[in-house]
Amino acid sequence: MSEGVLDELLRGSLDHCVKCTICETACPVSNVTPLFAGPKYTGPQAERYRVADEPSVDSSVDYCSGCGICTQSCPQGVKIAEINSQARNKLKRQKGVPLRDRIITRPTWLGRAGTPVAKLANLTIDSRPLRILGEKLLKVHRDAPAPEFAGRRFSRWARKHESPSTGRKVIYFHGCGTEYYEPEEGEKVVAILEHNGFEVQVPKQDCCGLPLQSSGLFDDARKVVLRLARNLAKHVHDEDTIIVGNATSCTLMLKREAREILSLEDDPDLKLVSERTYDICELLLELHDRGELKTDFQAVQDTIAYHAPCQQQGHSIGKPALELLALIPGLQVTEMNARCCGIAGTYGLKAEKYDIAMAVGADLFEQVRTSGAATVACDSETCRWQIAKATDRPAVHPIDLLHRAYGLQG
Amino acid sequence: MSPRAAALHFDTVVIGAGTAGLTAATRLAEGGARVCVLAKGIGSTHLAPGTVDVLGYAPDRVEEPARALSELVAARPDHPYALMGVESVAPALQWFAGRIADGPQPGYRYVGDLERNHLLPTAVGVLRPSALVPETMAEGDMRTREPVCIVGTRSLRDFHASLCAANLETAGIAARAIEVELELDRADVNSLGLARRFDDPEFRAAFAAQLAPHLHGDERVGLPAVLGVRDPHGAWADLQRRLGRGIFEIGTLPPSVPGMRAFEALRTALRSAGGRLILGAEVIGAEREGGRISAVRAHAAGHDVRYHARWFVLATGGFASGAIALGSDWITRETVLGLPLRGAPAPGDPRFVGEYLAEQPMARVGVAVDGALRAEGAENVLVAGASLPGAVPWQEGSGEGIALSSGHRAAEVVLAEGAGVRAAV
Repeated sequence: MSEGVLDELLRGSLDHCVKCTICETACPVSNVTPLFAGPKYTGPQAERYRVADEPSVDSSVDYCSGCGICTQSCPQGVKIAEINSQARNKLKRQKGVPLRDRIITRPTWLGRAGTPVAKLANLTIDSRPLRILGEKLLKVHRDAPAPEFAGRRFSRWARKHESPSTGRKVIYFHGCGTEYYEPEEGEKVVAILEHNGFEVQVPKQDCCGLPLQSSGLFDDARKVVLRLARNLAKHVHDEDTIIVGNATSCTLMLKREAREILSLEDDPDLKLVSERTYDICELLLELHDRGELKTDFQAVQDTIAYHAPCQQQGHSIGKPALELLALIPGLQVTEMNARCCGIAGTYGLKAEKYDIAMAVGADLFEQVRTSGAATVACDSETCRWQIAKATDRPAVHPIDLLHRAYGLQG
Repeated sequence: MSPRAAALHFDTVVIGAGTAGLTAATRLAEGGARVCVLAKGIGSTHLAPGTVDVLGYAPDRVEEPARALSELVAARPDHPYALMGVESVAPALQWFAGRIADGPQPGYRYVGDLERNHLLPTAVGVLRPSALVPETMAEGDMRTREPVCIVGTRSLRDFHASLCAANLETAGIAARAIEVELELDRADVNSLGLARRFDDPEFRAAFAAQLAPHLHGDERVGLPAVLGVRDPHGAWADLQRRLGRGIFEIGTLPPSVPGMRAFEALRTALRSAGGRLILGAEVIGAEREGGRISAVRAHAAGHDVRYHARWFVLATGGFASGAIALGSDWITRETVLGLPLRGAPAPGDPRFVGEYLAEQPMARVGVAVDGALRAEGAENVLVAGASLPGAVPWQEGSGEGIALSSGHRAAEVVLAEGAGVRAAV
């Protein structure tokens, strides 16, 4: 499908809009700030005024966080978030991209720069004066959550690790959060997959391009995601090969967003990767449904507040983590009933958007605090960092709890 | 392991997240079934006014719905109320009122029954008969004749107090209108945005202080239905106390705040009972085994997912939601599972008549079902809500009544068959 045809499909979906306002009721951003006019006004309505090769008509679309809840809620199938992402790209092309957006959307650059000097870099992150300076110079909010560099890279561990040969291969896409900040999460994913009889392959890989895409830098995002797709597709050898990831927003990028928003529907590698990619909890729940998941769980005495991130909901697979956590004896899990934590990847880092992000997340933070839970579980790393900072509780990936329950080492 | 085989198993899969689908799913989950709701998006709750209109016109205005229902099913054995059995209506209403009363909004409840219809004003001041209504609307019952003052604000552009009052006057009710200026952070606000403000006691206090001097004697006050999302009962009771008189909400154009409250109550009940709701999961196909549906295929990111179940409840709506469509080939189809329809005009017969508000030949089209709401040609599919044939809800004032009662009835049928057993893998 050519780029033009796909754009027409996204754009064409606006004709299905019946102005019912359901998306307006669901939008976490426009419900807390007048700076974003809301998904209906900015999406299917404003789109009629957007003409190719003419100046962008937008200003408020940059305040859309790209969470995608509008598209999920629409009963008519209008691709509201996708239309708005494309409008944001046009706006950025015409009005320029701040230096900050060119930096914070490159987790690979940041990770490679920070990892060898992790101690110093982490001191910088923790230093109030430097953060204030960063806010002044780079417009990254001084209070925004910033993960600490692990000082080591997951891929280095994976290269040395030998996955027992079982013939049941799975390709592991770990993403940048695991690579630079939470390598132990990756080790746990590998351990859980191996415990369930998989032989885990970790091919050379890099960023999926989502931060670039959500900041409207489409050309760079395309290059990055296509490079990743080539690297992953090379390892898909037969009909049964699947790719599994624990970074739920990055797997959504591979499954759907890159193809739709970046108009890459035609790319054969990306198409293959898109069809073969699983979220880790999605995969484990499906194994359980078939009676193939090991359930030798030990009791875990912990109280958990579970939040399903927006990007996880964008997979349209429900909340598999909840079903899995319910298998663990002793674990007390409360499902949060809030839409969004506010961070939306890099949105809540930006100085001009930080307050909005905190207002969006206020419902969730309050629910976490009143739930009595000691620990938060959430599938997306940037959401975990945001929730942990805002609620002063540890926030872990659901696989962390499964790993504990399996009693696995490492 | 292959994405092509991606599949999950449930006892019952409900398709559609409107009133009918949420009711069926919640009742099933409460009955112990493993339930998953698959929906393209959010359904009718956010659009309808939030009242449960069981039967408003048959064809004259109905005062006693219980009696009128008996007459209706005797005269029209093909009507949804006849198919599900008129005795299934009262328990469904009672169940729904219970879910709202136990719901997340403290003190918020529905009042009314099948003995008498309320007569509530719409946003344009037309009187609408309704059996079960939010308590916050009940004071607007125009069967009593106290004068009313309709209060609007220019910030809410979809509610015109003077139009509402003028039409009530035409109907013989002493009515007048007031517009108040509200301090809001944006020029254009929808009913939900305003309702969030009414959750704030300070905002209510300022509003009441501004309004109080303009009110006369014993008149009651009608407001657009924006009195709170989190604590509507608290907001309503607080305003009644501050203004020292009866206050009632009037349904607005979408988004419907009372509808959202009902959605939230049902979703909370569904979640508490262990049921699942997946939005953005449009059902795009079905797999058959003889006369049964064994699985439906739903859209998901990257690869579709198959949902196996012993039972399926189709609650996708009618023409308005696209669940039933008339093609350019003049063939009417059920678009989700491809089930046979009933009530479509025969080839060559007129499908539409010239007068818009007249009885349209296409109006009663729906999925062909037997008495237990079972779809013809798919014995494990039950049909609920606007997908059912035989009704003209917008003329009868029966949409929510049919949705709620048939959703509830469908769940009872499944539970009676022993839905606790999981689908065969």
